[in-house]
Amino acid sequence: MEKKILDKPFVRVYPELCKGCELCIDACPPQVLKFHEKFNSKGYHYATYIGENCTGCGICYYACPEPEAIVVYKKGYEYEGEEVA
Amino acid sequence: MASKILQKPEAFYKRYERNPSSDKKSPHYCPGCGHGNVHKFIAEALDDYNVADQTILISPVGCSVFAYYYFDTGNIQAAHGRAPAVATGIKRAHPHSIVISYQGDGDLAAIGTAEILHAANRGENITVFFVNNAIYGMTGGQMAPTTLVDQYSTTTPRGRNPHNEGYPIKVAELISQLEAPVYVERVSLHDTKNRNKARRAVRKALKNQIDNLGFSLVEILSPCTSGWKMDAVPSMKWIEENMVPQFPLGVFKDITDEVEPYERPEMDLSAQDIKKALGLEVVESESFEKPDFPNKYKNPEIKVAGFGGQGVLLLGAAMAQAGMLEDYHVSWLPSYGPEMRGGTANCHVNIRDIEVGSPMVTNPTVLIALNRPSLEKFENDVPEGGLIIYDTSLIDIEVKRTDVEVMPLPATKMADELGNTRTANMITLAAYAAYTGIFSKETLYETLNTAIKHKKFIDINKKAIDLGYEFGLKSKLS
Ligand SMILES: Cc1ncc(C[n+]2csc(CCOP(=O)(O)OP(=O)(O)O)c2C)c(N)n1
Ligand code: SF4
Ligand code: SF4
Ligand code: SF4
Repeated sequence: MEKKILDKPFVRVYPELCKGCELCIDACPPQVLKFHEKFNSKGYHYATYIGENCTGCGICYYACPEPEAIVVYKKGYEYEGEEVA
Repeated sequence: MASKILQKPEAFYKRYERNPSSDKKSPHYCPGCGHGNVHKFIAEALDDYNVADQTILISPVGCSVFAYYYFDTGNIQAAHGRAPAVATGIKRAHPHSIVISYQGDGDLAAIGTAEILHAANRGENITVFFVNNAIYGMTGGQMAPTTLVDQYSTTTPRGRNPHNEGYPIKVAELISQLEAPVYVERVSLHDTKNRNKARRAVRKALKNQIDNLGFSLVEILSPCTSGWKMDAVPSMKWIEENMVPQFPLGVFKDITDEVEPYERPEMDLSAQDIKKALGLEVVESESFEKPDFPNKYKNPEIKVAGFGGQGVLLLGAAMAQAGMLEDYHVSWLPSYGPEMRGGTANCHVNIRDIEVGSPMVTNPTVLIALNRPSLEKFENDVPEGGLIIYDTSLIDIEVKRTDVEVMPLPATKMADELGNTRTANMITLAAYAAYTGIFSKETLYETLNTAIKHKKFIDINKKAIDLGYEFGLKSKLS
């Protein structure tokens, strides 16, 4: 498969693994995370990326107590297929 | 090159199969609970130093009791407050492991105060992560030793009053007063800057251990959203405004630049060496000719039961001792009431070809009953085909089971006739050995050297063994 290189940072929150604590939203310097209006199956509004201006700083990743709710992809990340989208 | 992706560290399991919950992907912690962040920082550091495979994490009692669901490391869950003691044992026995004692404030600073102080004072080369959330989280928000002055908890409903409950215990300060610890820092999770400091402290504390520098403790001010009845974001503010003034942040001690690394030599734990250290006569292990030992008697799970004072525990210990002399894997687990005499006593013994999994014996393949209550109590636990040996001089009922082998043995009477009632246990041991063929008479003689404290009693116990052995052989033939 074709290798792609990420040209701008990206952040993904897995809705089912988020407990809606808001710590990432509170900590994100450019405020590019917000609660989704939907609930996940645990009954939490989950955090979600507004889609632009993430700087890839990783602050949300370390603020989040959940082991894999948040993944931060930095600029220059190499990937294949649709991993980052 | 720094990683271009921040994602779940490898030191966590992919799925948390040990968690009985149907959700195998999310830890059990409440939303916003600081245990999650601390876990993440530890897991990340284990990845970065590439030591997860040699790490043993000791989890406490408290909300983090289930840390072993999550960390793909060696795991042991210790009794409340005892993690530093368990960590000590593990580290001493396996000096090349990285041993982490992970503890909450109830665990470390209340019930476990002695253990942490002494582990620190001994300068054990372990890493302690102390999650201070100023409350007992798991049990529902009771006061902890670290609860703040005026803080509400279910057991300080009017707020903690120093005249009633004393002042919060400052663990980092206390530990840093000791000579041995090399690194003590207090950090906090309340904002980005402090989380970064916490991450660095976690790494340093682990690195110190990897470098054999000695004891490190990191105290982490951490939110308990449920115990505090607060959402996560206000909890962070609460830490900053209320906890930090009473628990100042910073490095309280760091002598890592001054200390020499100390690598503890591997301990020699051989039987010979331990005997030598205890001043016991070191006899070259002899291998005696084995009598006929049928398969059905192999790998016995034995329960010996009687009154305290009948030598029940000694009988079990002697069996295990004899087993060791013949190079079996053995275990001996005593279990007795508070009375030294008169109460009931029993012990569990395993003598196996392979390692003993659990020392507990619930369904004994061999039951040795030295009094009537013991026979009545345990008779039905013996599996079909098992063996019951009972002292007919003291037990005036018969074995009801018909699907087991029975050896009635007047051990106490025989011992009386020999001139010492207390030899009944050795008579019983020998009768069992001869009947099943598990130990030779020579092994039993040899066993007396360690089982009998006073050398003057060895001769009479030898005679007891002769008597019992003869009885056992005769019963086998009849
Ligand atoms: C010997 C014993 N005593 C008491 C308890 C009850 N108990 C369970 S957890 C706990 C305190 C937990 O508080 P902490 O160590 O602060 O951990 P947290 O749950 O806040 O992370 C207590 C007292 C117990 N399980 N065992
Ligand atoms: S990586 Fe930084 S900028 Fe991007 S969402 Fe997370 S905190 Fe915000
Ligand atoms: S910090 Fe984690 S759990 Fe909390 S809202 Fe953000 S993604 Fe969800
Ligand atoms: S009760 Fe407190 S310490 Fe326990 S999981 Fe919930 S927030 Fe964490």
